[in-house]
Amino acid sequence: MTEHGDDFFPLPGHAAEAPFLAAETSEGDQELTPRSTTGAGELRREVGAVLRLPEGVAVDPSDIDVERSDDETMIINMGPQHPSTHGVLRLMLELDGETVLRTKPVIGYLHTGMEKTGEELTFVQGATNVTRMDYLSPLNNELVFSLAVEALLGVEAPERAQWIRMLMSELNRVSSHLMWMATNGMDLGSTSMMIYGFREREMVLAFFEKTTGLRMNHNYIRPGGVAADLPDGWEDDVTVICDTVLPRTYEYDELLTGQPLFRQRSVGIGRLSAEEAVALSLTGPILRSTGIPWDLRRSMPYLRYDEVDFDVIVGTYGDNFDRYSIRLNEIRESIRIIRQIVEKMPAGDYRLQDKKVTPPPRARIDESMEALIHHFKVFTEGFRVPEGEVYVAVESPRGELGCYMVSDGGSKPYRMHIRGPSFVNLQGLPLMMRGGLVADAVAVCSSVDPVMGEVDR
Amino acid sequence: MTTPAGSVPTVASGVLETAFPTREQYVATVAGYRDDGFEMCADLCAVDYLTHPGRRLPEGVAPERFEVVVNLLSLSAARRLRVRVQVPETDARVPTIFDLYPGVEAMEREAFDLFGIVFDGHPDLTRILMPEEWEGHPLRKDYGVGRVPVQFKEAPGPR
Repeated sequence: MTEHGDDFFPLPGHAAEAPFLAAETSEGDQELTPRSTTGAGELRREVGAVLRLPEGVAVDPSDIDVERSDDETMIINMGPQHPSTHGVLRLMLELDGETVLRTKPVIGYLHTGMEKTGEELTFVQGATNVTRMDYLSPLNNELVFSLAVEALLGVEAPERAQWIRMLMSELNRVSSHLMWMATNGMDLGSTSMMIYGFREREMVLAFFEKTTGLRMNHNYIRPGGVAADLPDGWEDDVTVICDTVLPRTYEYDELLTGQPLFRQRSVGIGRLSAEEAVALSLTGPILRSTGIPWDLRRSMPYLRYDEVDFDVIVGTYGDNFDRYSIRLNEIRESIRIIRQIVEKMPAGDYRLQDKKVTPPPRARIDESMEALIHHFKVFTEGFRVPEGEVYVAVESPRGELGCYMVSDGGSKPYRMHIRGPSFVNLQGLPLMMRGGLVADAVAVCSSVDPVMGEVDR
Repeated sequence: MTTPAGSVPTVASGVLETAFPTREQYVATVAGYRDDGFEMCADLCAVDYLTHPGRRLPEGVAPERFEVVVNLLSLSAARRLRVRVQVPETDARVPTIFDLYPGVEAMEREAFDLFGIVFDGHPDLTRILMPEEWEGHPLRKDYGVGRVPVQFKEAPGPR
C-alpha cells in the first residue's frame, strides 16, 4: 500500500470541519484529566479553588498522606443516577484505594432554563416558576421573588401578610430540615430516621395543603401578600405540629446524636474552616458550622424577624456532625419562632389592597365593573413594575437565597437571576471530601444538602 | 481604598452603594472593597441589556450591551455592595475575580455559559449548566425561547 497516500480520498469538507469542531468545543470538556497531564490551571481550580485563600495559603497537592503514583489512582463517576447524590448530581472522584483525592461536581442535568422562562412570564405568573426551583423549600423561593418585586414596586405587604409569610417559611424550614434528617439518616444507614423524618414532614405538608391547596409548589406567597388567608383553626393545626415535632426531635437525639456508629460516621468528617467557607461564598448551615454566626434572619432581618426571639445555632468544627446538630437545632428554633408567631399574629389584610398590583376580592367582581376590569388586567397583562434593579436575599434552609431582578418598566422581569444556595455550596465539596473515604463522600454530599432543582434551575 | 476610588462612579441609594467601574478598574475596585471588609462575594451574574439600552446610569458611564453584576457582602458590617461593570458586545470579556473570591468559580462559569462573557484568567471556563456541545448562550436576549407547536393555533406565539 505504498500508494495509500494517493488512493486515500478524504471526505469532502472533512478538513474544513475539523478545525470548526475544535473551535466549537474549545471551551473544554468537563472531565477530570489524568494526573500527569493536568495543567497548573486545572489543579489550581480543583485544589486551588478551595485552597487559594485570601491569605495566600500555599497549596500543597501532596497534603494527603497516601502512597500513590499516577497510574494507581482511579477516577470513578458517582451519579448522576446515584441514589445518594440527592438528585442528578454527578461527582467525579479520583480515588487512591478508598481515599478521595480530587472531586469534581458536574451539574446541569436538571437545567430547565427557569431564568429564561422567568423573563417570559409576568410578575403575577413568576411565583409559579420560581417555586419549582428549590422544591424542598418552595415557599422561600416565592418569598424572595415577591420581596424583590415589592422592592421594585416600592410597596410593602400588610402586617398580617408579613407574619403569614414568616409562619410559612419557618414551617417550610422545619419540613426541609426534616427531609434532610430523613435522607441523611438514610445515607448513613439509619432507615428508621428516614421513616421518621418523612412521617413528621407529612404533618407539615398536610398543613400546607390545607392552607395553599398544594403540598409542593404552592404559589402561595405572591407579590403584594399571600394568595389566601390562613384557614380557620390554623392555630390548632400549627400548635399540634409544634407539640408533635418538638418532642420527636429529642427522640432523634436518642436515635442518632449519641449513637456511636452515627458519631463515627460524622464527627470530624468533611471538615471546613471558617476562612475557606467565607472564601468559597458558602452560606447557611455550612457557614454556621464553621463558627460564623451569620444568619440573614438575624444579621439583616427581613419580614418581622427582628420582632421574634430565636437563637442562631453555630458550630465549632465545621464537620458533618456540626451541620447535623445545626439543622436539628434549627428545627427547634423554628418551632420556637412558630409558637411566637401564633401568639403575635396580627389581624388585617392578607394582601395589599392595591388594585394595580393584587386582584380584587372575588365578591367585588360580581358587583363592580371596575373590579372586573382590574381582575382581568392583572391576570392577562399583569402589572407594570417601575424601571430599576434590586437584589434581595432571604435565609432559606440551605443558605442565602438571593434574587437579582431587573425591570425595564414592563409587566415582565427584564432579568430574573436566582442565587441558589446549593449551587454555590456545592463548590465546597472538593475541599470537604479531600482525603476522606468513599463512604464518607456520601455522607459529606448529604451534609451539604444540595437540591438539584435549585442548583441547575 | 487602594483603588482609583475617585474615578469610579458610585451611586448610593439608601444604605446600598453601587459602584460602576470600567473593565480596567474592575479588579482593582473589587480588591479595594475586599480589603475594606467585604469578605464574601454573595453573587455574580450577568445581564443582557440588548432590548433595554436606556437604563439609568450615573454620569460618565457609557451603557454597553452586557453588564456583569457582583453583589458583595460584608459579614462583619452586615452590609451589601453592588459592582456593575459594562461589557461591550464586540469584546465580551472581563477579567476574573477568582483570585479575590474563589467562590465565584461556579458563578463566572454560569455567566459564561448563559451569556458568553469570557472571564479572562478563570481557571476552568467551561459550560456548567448547558451541555458541552451546545451552541449559543441561552440567556442572551437574541436567543429565542423556543416554542411548543400547538394544534389549531395559526399565529406563532412566544412559546
